[in-house]
Amino acid sequence: MSNATTVPALQVSGIAKTFGGARALKGIDFEVAPGEVHGLLGQNGCGKSTFVKVLAGFHPPDPGGEISVFGRKLPLPMRPGAFREFQMAFVHQHLGLVPTLTVLENMRVASVTERKAIIDWRAERRAAQATFDRFGMHFDLSARTGTLSQTDQALLAIMRASEDLRRSDAETGGRGLLILDEPTPFLPKEGVDRLFQLVRQVVDHGDSVIFISHDIDEVREITDRATILRDGEVSGTLVTKDSTHDDFVEGIIGRRVARSVTEAPVAAGRKVKARVTGIREPELEVPEFEVAEGEILGMTGLLGSGYEKVPYLVFGARTSSTGKLELDGRSYDLSTITPKEAVARKMALLPSDRPKASGVPTLTIAENMLLLDMERFLGKLGLNRGAMRRRASDLSSEYEVRPNDPSLRLGQLSGGNAQKVLLAKWMIRDPELLMLDEPTQGVDVGTRQQVYGVIRNAAKNGASVIVASSDAEQLADLCTRVLIFARGRIVDELTGSHISKDNIAEACYGHTTLDVA
Amino acid sequence: MDTPLSMSRETKSRKPFNFLNFIERFGLVFVWILIIGIFALVLPGIFFTWTNFSILFATQAPGAILALALVIPLTAGDYDLSVGATLTLSAVTIGVLNAVNDVPLFLAVLAALAAGVVVGLVNAFFIVFVRIPSLVVTLGTTSVITGLVQWMTNSSTIGGISPTLIDMVGRGRLFGISYAFYYVILVAIVIWLVFEYTPLGRRILFVGRGREVARLSGIDVGRVRIGCLVASAFLSSFGGVIYAGLLGAADPFSGLNFLLPAFAAAFLGATAIIPGRFNPWGAVISVYFLATGITGLTMLGIPLWVTSAFNGCALILAVTVSQFARGREETDLG
Repeated sequence: MSNATTVPALQVSGIAKTFGGARALKGIDFEVAPGEVHGLLGQNGCGKSTFVKVLAGFHPPDPGGEISVFGRKLPLPMRPGAFREFQMAFVHQHLGLVPTLTVLENMRVASVTERKAIIDWRAERRAAQATFDRFGMHFDLSARTGTLSQTDQALLAIMRASEDLRRSDAETGGRGLLILDEPTPFLPKEGVDRLFQLVRQVVDHGDSVIFISHDIDEVREITDRATILRDGEVSGTLVTKDSTHDDFVEGIIGRRVARSVTEAPVAAGRKVKARVTGIREPELEVPEFEVAEGEILGMTGLLGSGYEKVPYLVFGARTSSTGKLELDGRSYDLSTITPKEAVARKMALLPSDRPKASGVPTLTIAENMLLLDMERFLGKLGLNRGAMRRRASDLSSEYEVRPNDPSLRLGQLSGGNAQKVLLAKWMIRDPELLMLDEPTQGVDVGTRQQVYGVIRNAAKNGASVIVASSDAEQLADLCTRVLIFARGRIVDELTGSHISKDNIAEACYGHTTLDVA
Repeated sequence: MDTPLSMSRETKSRKPFNFLNFIERFGLVFVWILIIGIFALVLPGIFFTWTNFSILFATQAPGAILALALVIPLTAGDYDLSVGATLTLSAVTIGVLNAVNDVPLFLAVLAALAAGVVVGLVNAFFIVFVRIPSLVVTLGTTSVITGLVQWMTNSSTIGGISPTLIDMVGRGRLFGISYAFYYVILVAIVIWLVFEYTPLGRRILFVGRGREVARLSGIDVGRVRIGCLVASAFLSSFGGVIYAGLLGAADPFSGLNFLLPAFAAAFLGATAIIPGRFNPWGAVISVYFLATGITGLTMLGIPLWVTSAFNGCALILAVTVSQFARGREETDLG
């Protein structure tokens, strides 16, 4: 044991990863000490998730770097799944539990799926119970996992991962490295506390933990040290107890921000076009916000802050329990509004899940583009297909869809071009209220500006636009006003010259606990 | 990842004739002609005769209508296994009302069609409202209907259906082919027009390929699915009317025999004419393609069991080929 403590749990040196021309990781070095909880944080796109995927064997890193776990060098690139042989276990945000199976089945899945003829359920039950006992937890082994609270499920997943570490060989004294990849954003505050308690127990049993999070306060509470990534590089490793909140913010954003106290005047003289009031959901409370004619309103926040649900609630894509929308003087009840009604009232919603919710990849460009506009081509003899083809082709050149061949399937286009097709689909209806969720997700950098151009144009023509996005740079580029969400509430509003990438990021990180105080 | 810019210039000009595309669309027709040619050579003077083909066109009409009925819910993303049983129910309803109880033919046919609509509504209720997978629901209704039919007929064939129906379906001929065949063509034309030339057809397609996309585009997904399931049951009962008119009797069992070939034809049809999509002309051609194969084999003296094996193989092969034609893309079928 005393010998082992000198060997770092994880040693990373010179790990780089290039996607196409973009360098997601520019050669990072850091160390996790044995028995420590080590935070890993940074903004979206800083390279955290790329690093986790390299570690798990999903992405082969660029040649040249090295990773050692408890002194054993990993063979890079790793086979997916090979991390198990190196005393590592991962708990991802989606936990990897099957909700329809029982707690016992989920806990013992590794053992139960082994190649053996007969499962000894009594032994499995004892083993699972032993794990719970070790952590002092009580769970009904025959309960369906999906019926448990989100917190309990997270605890189960962590206990299972810790158990997997124990199963690996005794070479390192049965100790391992547990990687928790953003397990907390969707947990209530007391759930986070229980999770942290469990993490401390895991460490007491001799394991080391990497805790990945957006939330500075959580990182400050649970970690011993933390490594911060910025733009694919390590911007620093902080000893938690010697660092302030501002030290973390500076590490993440790259400068010390003086909080501006003066608020810019709201763009005056504009007519309010849409007003949303009284949204009250379990994880989201929005008393009121307004969007003016020609305004592009941004909504953002950290993962789990709930901002991205707002467009879906307003459009009726998700049923809200309460709330009202006033649009051009007419009032709609958000608990009864349907997408059909929303479309008829000239609202538009471009969801972020493009292939599932936004466009059908197996149908053609023309079909996707003109879905909402078919009545215009309806003559006495049915749909005028020639005119539809010409219209689709014209729209494709107007929206610079490449290649311009409306008979191609949507799935054959690049992400950016598919997005242009779907923007065209909604724009031809001249929407009064245009809502977009992550409008440039999976869109190549080259086409981003074209997407922005379309959005700006809609606003110029008098539409009210809501952009929900996790991309601070994009919001700074597009928006006239940005609402910052934290833990399901609007906590800040940036306007005019105060909108910048850094201010947005700073506001997101700065407000993680304001509402608790 | 991005598509090269140069392509946009090339595609601006009219697309040149695409040979592969042509083969894909009409390959099935060529294969059909090929097997007709082979059987004509192997069976000189018996196979390639007007009589043989006019019989083929007429006797396969109920199956062809079932295949067309199937194309509708399949496009909307739902299975309907109950089409075969619904066909039988309809034929038997005519038999019981018209032949046994002397109800006027017109009313008997109307009742038969109404029975189909009821089956469709029951299917739709459990599939759309209770959200049970269509495969399970329609498997269940198939069994229920089959039981009902046995009760109605005492498990025996009912003869003596009004000759007017026989004249209108089986005996009446145009260019030497029974009217039955022209009903098939008529139904195919209607479905083709709806699918290709109406907004409704496009909406059905979106509901089948992307339910969430359809919903968020303001399409009433539930209503479209209900409509498609009722349409398929209605057409199946129309197929039952045709069947009764061909036989002049109502047979409580053989309707189910049409089910498998109809499925095979619907899927095989999705590899032709409009490859990658369930389409009416592909389905009709496939029905006659499969029937041609079986007729030829039967004339060669191949035993009866081969028919079942042939249809089963055709179904699996058709689904395999259509899966490849769609580039093995996910469908919302289920």
